[in-house]
Amino acid sequence: MNDHFGGVVEAVDVVVVGAGAAGMAGAVALAGLGLQVVLLDEQGSPGGQIYRGITLAPLSRRDLLGAEYAHGNVLAQALASSSVRYEKGAAVWQVTRDHQVSYLRDGRLRTLQAKAVLLATGAMERPFPIPGWTLPGVMSAGAAQILLKSAGLAPTEPVVLAGCGPLLYLLGWQYLRAGVPIKALVDTTRPEDYWRARRHLFAALRAWPYLRKGLELMRSLRSARIPHHTGAEQLAIEGEEAATALTFTVAGKAHRIAARCVLLHQGVVPNIQFSQSLRARHVWDVDQLCFSPVVDPWSELDVPGMFVAGDGAGIGGAQAAALQGELAALGIAQRLGRVNAGQRDERAGPLREQLALNLRIRPFLDALYQPKEANRIPADEVIVCRCEEVTAGDLRTFVALGCAGPNQAKSFGRCGMGPCQGRMCGLTVTEVIAKARGVSAAEVGYYRIRPPIKPITLGELAGE
Amino acid sequence: MSQGTQSVIQVEVIVIGGGLVGTAVAYGLARSGADTVVLDQGDDAFRASRGNFGLVWVQGKGHDLPDYSRWTQSSGSRWPDFARALMADSGVDVQLRQPGGFHMCFNDEELIERQSRLQTLQDALGDYPFQMLDAADLKARLPLIGPSVVGASYTPQDGHVNPLKLLRALHSSAQAKGARFHGGIQVDRIDGAAGEFCVTAGGQRFIAARVVLAAGLGNPGLARQVGLHAPVAPNRGQVLVSERVRPFLDHPTVHVRQTDEGTVQLGDSMEEVGFDDSTSTHVLEAIARRGVATFPLLREVRLIRAWAALRVLSPDGFPIYQQSASHPGAFVVTCHSGVTLAAAHALRIAPWVMGGAMPNELGAFAGERFLTDKVFSHAH
Amino acid sequence: MRTDPLFQTVTSEVRSTRTVSLSFNDQALEVPAGISVAAALLMSGINRFRATPVSESPRAPYCMMGVCFECLVDIDGVPNRQSCLIEVAEGMRIRSQEGARDLIIQADNVQTAIEQTVEVQS
Repeated sequence: MNDHFGGVVEAVDVVVVGAGAAGMAGAVALAGLGLQVVLLDEQGSPGGQIYRGITLAPLSRRDLLGAEYAHGNVLAQALASSSVRYEKGAAVWQVTRDHQVSYLRDGRLRTLQAKAVLLATGAMERPFPIPGWTLPGVMSAGAAQILLKSAGLAPTEPVVLAGCGPLLYLLGWQYLRAGVPIKALVDTTRPEDYWRARRHLFAALRAWPYLRKGLELMRSLRSARIPHHTGAEQLAIEGEEAATALTFTVAGKAHRIAARCVLLHQGVVPNIQFSQSLRARHVWDVDQLCFSPVVDPWSELDVPGMFVAGDGAGIGGAQAAALQGELAALGIAQRLGRVNAGQRDERAGPLREQLALNLRIRPFLDALYQPKEANRIPADEVIVCRCEEVTAGDLRTFVALGCAGPNQAKSFGRCGMGPCQGRMCGLTVTEVIAKARGVSAAEVGYYRIRPPIKPITLGELAGE
Repeated sequence: MSQGTQSVIQVEVIVIGGGLVGTAVAYGLARSGADTVVLDQGDDAFRASRGNFGLVWVQGKGHDLPDYSRWTQSSGSRWPDFARALMADSGVDVQLRQPGGFHMCFNDEELIERQSRLQTLQDALGDYPFQMLDAADLKARLPLIGPSVVGASYTPQDGHVNPLKLLRALHSSAQAKGARFHGGIQVDRIDGAAGEFCVTAGGQRFIAARVVLAAGLGNPGLARQVGLHAPVAPNRGQVLVSERVRPFLDHPTVHVRQTDEGTVQLGDSMEEVGFDDSTSTHVLEAIARRGVATFPLLREVRLIRAWAALRVLSPDGFPIYQQSASHPGAFVVTCHSGVTLAAAHALRIAPWVMGGAMPNELGAFAGERFLTDKVFSHAH
Repeated sequence: MRTDPLFQTVTSEVRSTRTVSLSFNDQALEVPAGISVAAALLMSGINRFRATPVSESPRAPYCMMGVCFECLVDIDGVPNRQSCLIEVAEGMRIRSQEGARDLIIQADNVQTAIEQTVEVQS
């Protein structure tokens, strides 16, 4: 068989894209079910973002990052001792509805023809569009955590953490353990958020181990006497060539904290580039305020043979992702005739129980740490599309001219047409347009995503 | 919904379609003082305008139909004034450049065919300057050209604009002149008697003495309702768009051009695949190969986006411009050169819609020409 | 331009002593092996990685996971590379990415490099 490039297409049973929690667990389970599996991942070592660098991190670093992180090594070891063909440094740029996966590795394009594809591309941090968020010195908390996981690096000077969500507090806790000074925790969570989240508390209590972990984490931050500003509003970064301070208000009172390094976070959202490019059905998740692909109980999209497991199908966290990866593997194995439906369901039972336990805390977390509207739908002067430098005000001008959605926003002002291909602005653009038009985000919809999902050169595409 | 609850909007002209064609006509109408509404579909509509390559291209067009060539030239020569008017009304510079364009040839047969086509046009039209360039001539004009290009044709009339800025400028200018846009709605039907058309769309009724069908692939169904024949069909074109790079190419060429923003566009393919606007790998690969062969320095350039859009093509590939005989006041305007012809659509079609004489080139473009057994080809 | 680094190695880190030498805008840097180019630059006092092609405003890494494309630099003559996804290697020549890439100068550089190689070989 030949691919479109005149090269040879290799036929395999299953291609798994992404070697994070869901991808590693799914690939290992598929191999265990007797299937020939290729696991493609862009990074140089397995782990995804949550277990980034897990196989390379020295023990001192694993210890610092905590037991949760260290758990990733169990998955990585299972992968290493499985029959899965793991290809690192593989940038997948196209997945087709008929299960062809094209990727770039070592400067060469290759294509695999699979019987089924498991997309496990995980989550990305929600954009945090506030004035000055493009300045050097402003990073996402996830980025800072990746620097810690993959390189043992932490801020030199006392750092400011701002926003809300478990990852922000986890990073604070990890910094405390590492002796990294935290200048302030500027929290956008307000008392009424606790009130709103309260109705989910009972369910969360039944997931006590997870809740307790969170409570311990918050307690350690408090006992370290880090200045903790809650209910922060009107966040903005000051600076000309680089960040110099974070300004905000609490109950109308203005604050300014000088800092060269400000770390922002307000939750994570599914990375849906591939499922969108397949034109699979997606829905707007009103609790998590993001688009998620619609999957059946075995993680299959409405495109036959295409599966999405882990945070890419809706945020559930690392342990839920691994379980979803295993469940998807069972679904695929049944599809490919390796197990019958009865065997599949029997093996899935305990996995589903564990998954349900894992997900019990989500409604509580989603309600408590729902990002504030002002930090999702910013003021006119704030840059929304970082690549093409399109502001929220520009978008509102386009809407006034008749622009109905993100795809017309591209036409009107190049929004979303830069190198990041709309990843960093997609959700903001949808919500800004929805608000300006007075309709729901679901009605506005999302960018039409097309290959290449990762940039490739013309020479590579030309096969030269 | 019962008709009693529908709002009724009465205007002079209803334009159906908010793409490059509809907004250009609407802008022309609004400039002349006509009370105009534009009805447009939503964000996920098939939009040929979004996939436009941005050429203001005269070269070689209409070699088998000189009136099309004349019509195209009349638009090209009006473009500088048109761009200035858009700038004045919208503040948007559409980045019109008309430095002359090149059509690259990769073998001698292509070069001979090119020469013959342009010579035919010159013989028919008289004022039709062009030059044939061999590899050395071309290299002197475009030093970055690749060795596999054996020559090119050049005409000084060709140019390009930023098609996205054009769409925005047209929307903005038309509204500045008083046209009103109703987006995100689908036209359900047109009820027409001479002198009064009623368009039902999105739970509203729009009433006007004149209606312009500029709905691209939606035109066949609409045309039928007002006694017109507009048998257009989709034809897929695919385009590659690169990262921004510093200016290296001033001139437009038929397959490669650099936008004012620095991105390089490479196109374009023609496929009849129905309403499928997805990209396909083998076509993208062929476009990339030709682009790299034309300008080898593009080899290392990163591709940011691939795009496919559906052209609106009639069976012979030429436009359909016609006023309904049975329903006077209803016009169909449809073509696949929405950028090149935008100036003519705004400045020459609009006066015709408002009761002026039909532009003299347009006699050849009635839809009835397709009511024969002839097999058409749009390879021109 | 180097300033005080925004990031440094945490004190508990027991790092392998292996390092690699590379350069950023012709300035020599010595960094730990096995880390990303972006991490190496951030710990070396490089806080500004590039200027945007749109307005030449300063940018630096934002996401560190290949999503934001803010960390683009020129590595060994190849522009617009995602420095958060590329591991440091001995002798790497890294340059900040100032505005849009220039194909013509780049082509000249490659040509010069080819000529120099030919000279060395002949």
